[in-house]
Amino acid sequence: MATPKSNQSRMYVPEPPFRPGDTPDYSHISVPTDHTPHRPDPMCDDHETVEHALKLIRVMRFNGETAGEWVPGLTPDVKRKMLKDMMLTRAMDDRMFAMQRQGKMSFYMKSRGEEAVSVGHAYALSDQDMVFPTYRQQGILIARGASMLEMMNQCLSNSGDPLQGKNIPVLYSFRKHGFFSISGNLGTQLIQAVGWGMAEAYKNEDGIASAFTGEGATAEGDFHYALNFASTYRAPCIINVVNNQWAISSFQGIAMGDGESFAARGTGYGLATLRVDGNDILAVYAATQWAAERARQGGGATVIEHFTYRAEGHSTSDDPSKYRPANESEVWPFGDPVERLKTHLVKIGEWDDEQHEAFAKEAKLFVRETYKQAEALGTVEHGPQLDDFTMFEQVYADPPELLLEQKEMFRKELG
Amino acid sequence: MPHMSMIEAIRDAMDVKMSQDASVLTFGEDVGYFGGVFRCTAGLQEKHGLHRCFDTPISEGGIVGIAIGMAANGLRPVAEIQFADYIYPGYDQIASEAARLRYRSNGDFICPLTIRTPVGGGIFGGPTHSQSPEALFTHIAGLKTVIPSNPYDAKGLLIAAIESDDPVLFLEPKRLYNGPFDGDHESPSVSWKGHALGDVPSGHYTVELGKARHVSEGPDVTIIAYGTMVWVAEAVAANLGIKADILDLRSLVPLDLDAIETSVKKTGRCVILHEATRTSGFGAELMSQVQERCFYHLEAPIRRVTGWDTPYPHAQEWAYFPGQKRVTAAVREVLEAA
Ligand SMILES: Cc1ncc(C[n+]2csc(CCOP(=O)(O)OP(=O)(O)O)c2C)c(N)n1
Repeated sequence: MATPKSNQSRMYVPEPPFRPGDTPDYSHISVPTDHTPHRPDPMCDDHETVEHALKLIRVMRFNGETAGEWVPGLTPDVKRKMLKDMMLTRAMDDRMFAMQRQGKMSFYMKSRGEEAVSVGHAYALSDQDMVFPTYRQQGILIARGASMLEMMNQCLSNSGDPLQGKNIPVLYSFRKHGFFSISGNLGTQLIQAVGWGMAEAYKNEDGIASAFTGEGATAEGDFHYALNFASTYRAPCIINVVNNQWAISSFQGIAMGDGESFAARGTGYGLATLRVDGNDILAVYAATQWAAERARQGGGATVIEHFTYRAEGHSTSDDPSKYRPANESEVWPFGDPVERLKTHLVKIGEWDDEQHEAFAKEAKLFVRETYKQAEALGTVEHGPQLDDFTMFEQVYADPPELLLEQKEMFRKELG
Repeated sequence: MPHMSMIEAIRDAMDVKMSQDASVLTFGEDVGYFGGVFRCTAGLQEKHGLHRCFDTPISEGGIVGIAIGMAANGLRPVAEIQFADYIYPGYDQIASEAARLRYRSNGDFICPLTIRTPVGGGIFGGPTHSQSPEALFTHIAGLKTVIPSNPYDAKGLLIAAIESDDPVLFLEPKRLYNGPFDGDHESPSVSWKGHALGDVPSGHYTVELGKARHVSEGPDVTIIAYGTMVWVAEAVAANLGIKADILDLRSLVPLDLDAIETSVKKTGRCVILHEATRTSGFGAELMSQVQERCFYHLEAPIRRVTGWDTPYPHAQEWAYFPGQKRVTAAVREVLEAA
């Protein structure tokens, strides 16, 4: 939203349109009714996507119909699977959030409202592609068939944790699922993804790298390193900005001022740019598929802005009602990604309310059972504990003498 | 055996590895076509091609960042940072990412990269071309920090660094690039030609990371040094006519504790040298280690000789530099203590 530029000489700090107590009204965000812009050839010149950085790619109307050039040719089976993966992700998030509240975990981060971004993205990539995620793309792991038990074990830092207690909850590493180790330092993965993509190209392999960032973290230098290097070396990668409107308590304008869109940041670097309704999983799929094809064919990187809404708190550590109206997510004009796909599947006669209810129950049950298995392996608070000595492992390939000495000191300390 | 300067030895190390192993490539600012501002990579692009040796944007965070992505994807990149003074924009990528990737992923991803960068004074580089930031990196778990003092070691250590599965910061004392240093800034520079340490075997060899070099053996005092300061130590011992046990550490992480302990227990006296700023410098770590290990063998307080706690000055470069005068005074003091 463009703020009137009066008082230009005065200190200016952007503010979100609403604060707690206000009645949120998103009429300033125009929801396009036609399903533009048009779908160019994936090998087009980057400047042919300049307008795509400002318009929204959408496929599904709110009534469940699909329209436009971006409608992907997915079978009902695939779409049903997508829906189920989103529902599973949400069910897992809900369970883990509740368990954190019960003191079983130090911390958790939900992805509610953003499931279409991760699940839709995963479906459009191939298995040899490496994703450089943030902490809000657990849906990619679910979509790629990762073991939920292993994911939960990581969150609990228990004896089944593949990371042996080294990382905080949700910062997964699953090389076997093309899921890069997540850093707690925001933005750092973006430029690493470019390097990964460059290495794929160097080795004459077909894999691409796909990096994610929140819109807040685009303010980090690493984002700009990544765009510049991706453009310079035409790296086969996708740089995804998940604009969920909020970076903890800071609204998206704090990261960008009056900028037009986050996708448009790519334009100045000579990259292809797409902006997509992130709550429309078919649009996310279509945009990703376009960018992946472009990268694989040597067209270079694409910046995709996924325009979405973080429907819950940033993490278990914050209370969103302290900085935004409590019902904001309900009036978010692009709806809920799960409901949107459900409406579409019902519309085409491939799903109904009973099936939906039944699967929601099944997902909840599956998550509960899996969590029980995970908890049986311990939690960070309650045993069975991990061996403390694992903390000394994997610091180096060949540990220096001083580190081995310290391990001995620790052994003595334990007596 | 060919004579080589340190620049040539470093280039030769990269050439040997690039010839042997297609996963080794090198890049950085001006590294490709021009061959680097110190010419360390001269000719590598011509020989190995544009994809193996190339120029990058002036973006240290970007350079280290892509190197991490490449290393995690099975390559062994050798990234050059033009001067260590400019490594700070890449610091987060080194300290938070390269050094921790193995740990945080519990070995799921590793990061075998080498970052080369020139350090130290001696070229009138002032506050922005002379720093020795090693202590900022030795504090980082998961990273190795290596610093050669001569062409022979430079080549062997660099090959070992490239072959290491851990990320290595490879610091190159630029005062030694073209020739040894007699510890006196007023004497003319000489080339490595004719110097024993300038004899560099061709082909592949390594110098193990974490093993100090005994520069000289003697009962009088242990002098612990690395990089340029090794040469000052030698000159001081020669001028004083003492028999000093001089250790060239060659790598700070991993550290050759056995060599240090054995030597100090033998001599009972210890002087530690480095060019970097004094407070919280690597000398503080070395003093702690000696104190913890050798206290009952010490016959004098440990002394460290360092640069001052100022930015590296331009005009007063040699007043900042811990040269022969400062080192001689410290060694005398330690020798004369009862
Ligand atoms: C370098 C760095 N600075 C600050 C933080 C603390 N922090 C964690 S998440 C976050 C907000 C990120 O917002 P955004 O990028 O929009 O992603 P979102 O959480 O909305 O998905 C902040 C400031 C951090 N983890 N790393």
